[in-house]
Amino acid sequence: MITEILFYLFATVLVASAATVVSARNPVHSVLFLILAFFNAAALFLIAGAEFLAMTLVIVYVGAVAVLFLFVVMMLDVDFIQLRSGFQKYLPVGALVGAVLFVELLSVIGGWKFAPQAGQLRFAPIVSTVSNTEALGRILYTDYVFLFQAAGLVLLVAMIGAIVLTLRDRKTSRHQSIRQQTERKVGDTLEMVTMSLGTGTGTEFYRPKVEEAVDAEPVDHGHGGHGHGH
Amino acid sequence: MLAVGLGHYLVVSAILLVLGIFGIFLNRKNVIVILMAIELILLAVNLNFVAFSAALGDLTGQVMAMLVLTVAAAEAAIGLAIVVIYFRNRGSIQVEDVNLMKG
Repeated sequence: MITEILFYLFATVLVASAATVVSARNPVHSVLFLILAFFNAAALFLIAGAEFLAMTLVIVYVGAVAVLFLFVVMMLDVDFIQLRSGFQKYLPVGALVGAVLFVELLSVIGGWKFAPQAGQLRFAPIVSTVSNTEALGRILYTDYVFLFQAAGLVLLVAMIGAIVLTLRDRKTSRHQSIRQQTERKVGDTLEMVTMSLGTGTGTEFYRPKVEEAVDAEPVDHGHGGHGHGH
Repeated sequence: MLAVGLGHYLVVSAILLVLGIFGIFLNRKNVIVILMAIELILLAVNLNFVAFSAALGDLTGQVMAMLVLTVAAAEAAIGLAIVVIYFRNRGSIQVEDVNLMKG
């Protein structure tokens, strides 16, 4: 009984905050309601018995994704009022598509049932003697290890992609030119001089025969010029 | 087994999905809110996975939900990076301006 009351409470708050996410006037409010929606979804996961996923949802979504959204929304100086023009124009078609989809989904939900042999077709039956986290770990690193590694690969690609996309080449940044470094000879900068005793070089300063050719001009690596169009 | 019926979870998940798609239609100019609507849709997918996992007594659904979580995080990172460089180049994030490749 108390579980059902809690379920309806969390589900109501989840749906209400999701509706606020898509209709809020200020995107910062959207992000904050998105965080609220994730918290309530985590509570629904807890009611369903998926404790580890609930905690992961809070950590990954609230701790990383929502903060990333908040960071970008606050960093970009965007005129959000102007972005909302046409809101009224898109409202009817969006509501129509949403209503049609919802009716279709409800008809699907009302009409389906489990296959009679569905109970025998389990890949990894839930054992009640071990905790949810331990049971997930037992199958995640054995039966689903390729899935686990594919997830790691996806995250690696996302990390490298985000860095490459947002890395900016500044005019003042100093680069290491490997070619110049390896082509540099000893004779370019170093000269052996035989010194007679007690006379020095004869002049105040001894200049090398080759002028400093090594870091004379910055080398353009070919990706410094973009990003200033229009 | 589920303490609450599976149908309740499915209805909540369907409402979330419809709200996400509605949000994409509603905020067609603001790409950040579109990304948030996509996050809502993926959350609905996760809710379905977890509900079926609990109803069937099979842990595979929760493993799949973790994969969806990973993909959603990666998608948010890449999408926001694209938004940042787009804003740096154009000074706005209007989706309807993205027609530079039109002939």
